[in-house]
Amino acid sequence: MADLSTRVGALTLKNPIMPASGTFSEELADVFDLDCLGAHVTKTITRERRSGNPVPRVCELNGAMLNSIGIPSKGAGWFVNNTIPFYADYDAPLVISISANTADDFARFAAEVSVPGVAAIEVNISCPNIEDHGKAFAMRPGSTEDVIRKIRSATDLPVWAKLSPNTGEVVEVAQACETAGADALVTANTMLAMAIDSRSGEIRLGNLMGGLSGPALKPITLRMTYQCAKAVAIPVIGCGGISRIDDVIEYLMAGARAVQVGTATFISPNTMPRLVGELEAALAARGLASVEALIGTARLSGQTTTLAEYA
Amino acid sequence: MPASLCAVPDTTSAAHTPGRQHSIHEVEARIKSHDWVNGQYRLMVLAAPKAVLDCRPGQFFHLLCPQTDRFQPYFRRPMSIYSYDLEKGELAFLYKVAGAGTRAMAELEAGDTLNIVGPIGQGFDIRQEWQRPLLLARGVGLATLAPLARECASLGRSLTAICSARSPELLMSTELFRHYGAQVITVTDAEGSSGVESLTGLIEGLIESRGIDAFFTCGSARLTRMLQDIGSRHGIGGQVALEQHMACGIGMCHACVRPFRRADGAINLRVCRDGPVFDLQEAM
Repeated sequence: MADLSTRVGALTLKNPIMPASGTFSEELADVFDLDCLGAHVTKTITRERRSGNPVPRVCELNGAMLNSIGIPSKGAGWFVNNTIPFYADYDAPLVISISANTADDFARFAAEVSVPGVAAIEVNISCPNIEDHGKAFAMRPGSTEDVIRKIRSATDLPVWAKLSPNTGEVVEVAQACETAGADALVTANTMLAMAIDSRSGEIRLGNLMGGLSGPALKPITLRMTYQCAKAVAIPVIGCGGISRIDDVIEYLMAGARAVQVGTATFISPNTMPRLVGELEAALAARGLASVEALIGTARLSGQTTTLAEYA
Repeated sequence: MPASLCAVPDTTSAAHTPGRQHSIHEVEARIKSHDWVNGQYRLMVLAAPKAVLDCRPGQFFHLLCPQTDRFQPYFRRPMSIYSYDLEKGELAFLYKVAGAGTRAMAELEAGDTLNIVGPIGQGFDIRQEWQRPLLLARGVGLATLAPLARECASLGRSLTAICSARSPELLMSTELFRHYGAQVITVTDAEGSSGVESLTGLIEGLIESRGIDAFFTCGSARLTRMLQDIGSRHGIGGQVALEQHMACGIGMCHACVRPFRRADGAINLRVCRDGPVFDLQEAM
């Protein structure tokens, strides 16, 4: 039986499959035993209560979705008193995702949620909805380094930085995270996008713009994962468009030490437990004894695809 | 939605414990029959495992509509339950063929399978004091209220049902409602009997003559507002089943929120998880 475990910094996960923030909550326990996952990652919360964006908050595209949910949040108190205790009965490490409007607010909030039961803090410095015109900390190395450094000094827990595909400076932003003391990178959040109904002329999201996710995003976030894994020594967690076991394998080959599954859970709520089962078989089929043996093994092909294969 | 709605629901249950029974199941169900009932609606009957047939009237399933040559729906589609039968192992949906999801679904044939997730959501609550309920259904709301009529009949409630549609040939389930012992009244746009004014008179007459003490409705925002007005004038409570565009369908994504009146102001609730059945007077 293959060893599915993986290490993300100081944390050891029993397998590399975990949810992407925003696509997972306590309700999924109605469908399967959440302890089959490598980790639990909560929906991003803010310190203050937020109601979220106007509807429509989602729309479907071909092999993708757009969302502008707008991070509705019940606030820090509710989260600490209700959400964190819910996960106490599970063995899987609890990763909580936080967001804030300024670097100082981020640091204050990170300190506030560094409580027993929390294994790591994922900092959502990339959500394209929360600031005007989709701007976010993770767009530039300077603002990234500033916010991560302040968070780093505010908590002893591992800090995972969730990066954005909406930057032209992927490597520089990743290195800024590492320099400022981040423990891991998550590549990546959704990509800022838009949809218009050609018949009615209506913009399809109430917030005008939103984040693209689903299989259509995968080639972009897979590329970011590869770039980041090459550029930094800290672990990288792949995220974006994973729905099939081959997607998981590709991210691991690109250098990810673990992966996050998001939108696919909306299409099939059992996607994550299914992938855990299929990972075992995929390793066996390759004659590999562990997940570790697959990480970072992608290489340039000696020859291009033959015409027969392509046809 | 106004930006001043700054509250989010406090109704999310935090009482889940690991190891408990899973109440929502994802299964492949085989289609036993799939027929047109009129020019717009189809009835799909599925052979369903017992695990998914522990349903409540008003609950729904989340259906993975197929990818076809013409239609490629990406999200699942929520569909209210038309009937469920544990003995026969059957689950049925009565649906209007409208958008990409239902058009793709309409191409399925008997013998094909459909991936379904459910049962989901808070169903109708037939309170003890509601002995003489009125069901008011419009269009596809007729499907949603059918299991409720059966439940009312089994609880011995004296039932009145008003079925509303654009034209007489689009009226559905009236025989089914009669079978459950309901006094059935049909109204249609074509006959000019479905307007708010004439319905208000009709319902106020029924309150007088049949002692209506509860309202259940689905399928029309206009009729929901009308029942809220009549309900507040006569002190009659009730429930409404609502729709909203969904993504996850089980409460995680917060895409399907709608605003509801509460004593301390309006709050957003998730139609999939906190509903789809809500208190009649709280709907906005």
